[in-house]
Amino acid sequence: MEQDVIVSIRGLNKTFHGRAGTVTALDGIDLDIARGEIFGIIGLSGAGKSTLVRCINFLEKPTQGTVTVDGQELGALGKKALLEARRGMGMIFQQFNLLQQRTALENICFPLEIAGTHKADAVRRARELLKVVGLSDRADNYPSQLSGGQQQRVAIARALATKPKILLCDEATSALDPTTTRAILALLKEINRALGITIIVITHEMAVIEEICQRVAIIDASRIAEVGAVEQVFTRPQSAMAKQLIYPDGKRDGLAIGRHYCRIVFDGNSSFEPVVSNMVLECKAPVNIMFANTKDIDGKAYGQMLLQLPEDERAARRALAYLQTQNVHVEEGDADDFT
Amino acid sequence: MISPELWGLIGRGILETLYMVIVSTLASYLIGLPLGLLLVATAKDGVRPMPALNAVVGVIVNILRSIPFLILAVLFMPVTRAIVGTTIGSTATIVPLTIAAAPYVARMVESSIKEVGFGVIEAAQSMGASPWQIVTKVLVPEAKPSLLVGAAISIVTILGYSAMAGFIGGGGLGTIAQNYGYNRNQTPPMIVTVVLLVVIVQIFQTIGLRLSHKLDKRNK
Repeated sequence: MEQDVIVSIRGLNKTFHGRAGTVTALDGIDLDIARGEIFGIIGLSGAGKSTLVRCINFLEKPTQGTVTVDGQELGALGKKALLEARRGMGMIFQQFNLLQQRTALENICFPLEIAGTHKADAVRRARELLKVVGLSDRADNYPSQLSGGQQQRVAIARALATKPKILLCDEATSALDPTTTRAILALLKEINRALGITIIVITHEMAVIEEICQRVAIIDASRIAEVGAVEQVFTRPQSAMAKQLIYPDGKRDGLAIGRHYCRIVFDGNSSFEPVVSNMVLECKAPVNIMFANTKDIDGKAYGQMLLQLPEDERAARRALAYLQTQNVHVEEGDADDFT
Repeated sequence: MISPELWGLIGRGILETLYMVIVSTLASYLIGLPLGLLLVATAKDGVRPMPALNAVVGVIVNILRSIPFLILAVLFMPVTRAIVGTTIGSTATIVPLTIAAAPYVARMVESSIKEVGFGVIEAAQSMGASPWQIVTKVLVPEAKPSLLVGAAISIVTILGYSAMAGFIGGGGLGTIAQNYGYNRNQTPPMIVTVVLLVVIVQIFQTIGLRLSHKLDKRNK
C-alpha cells in the first residue's frame, strides 16, 4: 500500500494454552491500516477479532509475528516503553468499562492521571472532551447515573484524553440499542473527521461496518478471509464468510414458481435510476422482487436485489439482456443458485 | 444480682474489648491489606503474576488460618511476651489477635478485590497503567464498598476471638464471662456480657454496611 501506514501487522500468530489444549486464535495475519482511516474488522464470535485488536496494543502478546504501530515495533519495546506506546492508543469496549466509583469527569481524568498530567490540566482537558462528546452537563454524574450510550460517550472521551493517534473499538456498540448505536457511530465518524484519528472497529455487525468504515477485513476461523474497500467487499464479496455476513438471509425457501432468477448488484451510481421499473416497461415482462437490500454508504447507494424472472424463456432472456446494458452487475441462475 | 463493683468491671470490660478489637483490627489491616493485594496481584491471572511468591504467601496464610485461635494464642505466647512483656491482659492479647486476624483479613481483601471486573482492569492496561497504578488507582478504589463490608465482617470475627482470649487471661468482656459465668456459674453477669457482645457486633456491622452503602457510587 502506498498510503501512510500507521499499523502494520506481519505474520501474526496467537495461540492460547488452556486446559482444553492449544487453541489457535490467530493464524498468519498480515494487515496494514492507513493513517486516518476507519478500518473495520468483522467476523463471527470466536473468529479471533477481539484477540487481534488486543494484539494491536499488546494487551495480548502475539505468539509469533510483529505489530508495528506508528513506526514502533511493539514486541521490541521494554515494559516502560510499551506502557508509553499504549498511551498513544485509546480503546473503548462493549461494556464501557468505566470506573464505577468515579464521576464522568474523573473517569476522563484517569488516563491523564496515569500519564502523570498535572491535575488542573487534566480537569481542563476532561471538560473539553465532555463537550466534544456532548455531555458537559453530566460531568459530576457517576456511571450508574448514565445510560449506556452516555457511558460509551464518557468512555470515548476517556480514550481520547491522552490525544492518541489510534482509537480501538472492541464491539463498542454491541450493547447499545439501534438508535444509540447510530449516534455513537456518528460521533466516531465525527471524531475521525475532526481529529484525523485512525479508528479500528471490531464488530460482528455488518451494519456497523457499512455505517462508518472505509475498509474492512473479514476474519474467519483465525485467518483473514478478505480485505478491501467496504463498497467493493459489499458488492462483490469473494469469500464464503463475506457472503455469509453480507447475505445473512441469503438462504431462502424455494417458494417461487419460476426457475429463472437473477441477482443485480448496484455499484453506487445506477441505483438512483429506476432500473427495475425501466426494465419492466422496456421488456413488457413482469418480474418478482424476491429480496432487496439497498443502502446508502458514504453518500452513494449500494445494494442488491434478487429478481425472479418471467417463466417464459424469451421474456427472461430479454429482461436479462436489458439489465446487462445497464450499469449494474448481473448474475443469473436458477432457483438453486440463490437459495 | 449484679453488684455496683461488678458493673464497674463490666464497664471496664467493654472499654478493654473495644480497645483490643479496634487496635488489632487496625494492625491486622496494616498487615492483611497489603498481603491481600499481593495475593491478587501476583496470582496467575493477576496484574503482576509471580507464581512462586504467590504460592509461598498463600501457604503461610492458609497455615495461620487453620490454627484455632486459642491454640494459636498459646503457641505464640513467647512472641507476645517478647513484644509486650507479658501474656496477660488486653494489650498482650492484641498480638495473637493480630497474628490470627491478619491472614483472615488478607483473604477477605483478596475476595473483595477479585470482585472488580476484569474489563475495568483491561481498560486501565490499555491506557498504559502500570501494575502498581492498577492496584492503587483501580482495584482498591473500585473495591472500596466491598472492602468495607469485609472490614465489618472481620471486626466481628476479631471480637469473637477477643472473647475467647478471656479464657487465657485476655481481659475484656471475655474474661468477665469466664470469671463470673464459667468459674462461678453466675447467670446474670453471663447474660449481661452476652447481650453486650451482641450489641457491639450489631453496632460494628451496621456502621460497616451503612458506610459501604453510602460510599458506593453505584447506588447514586
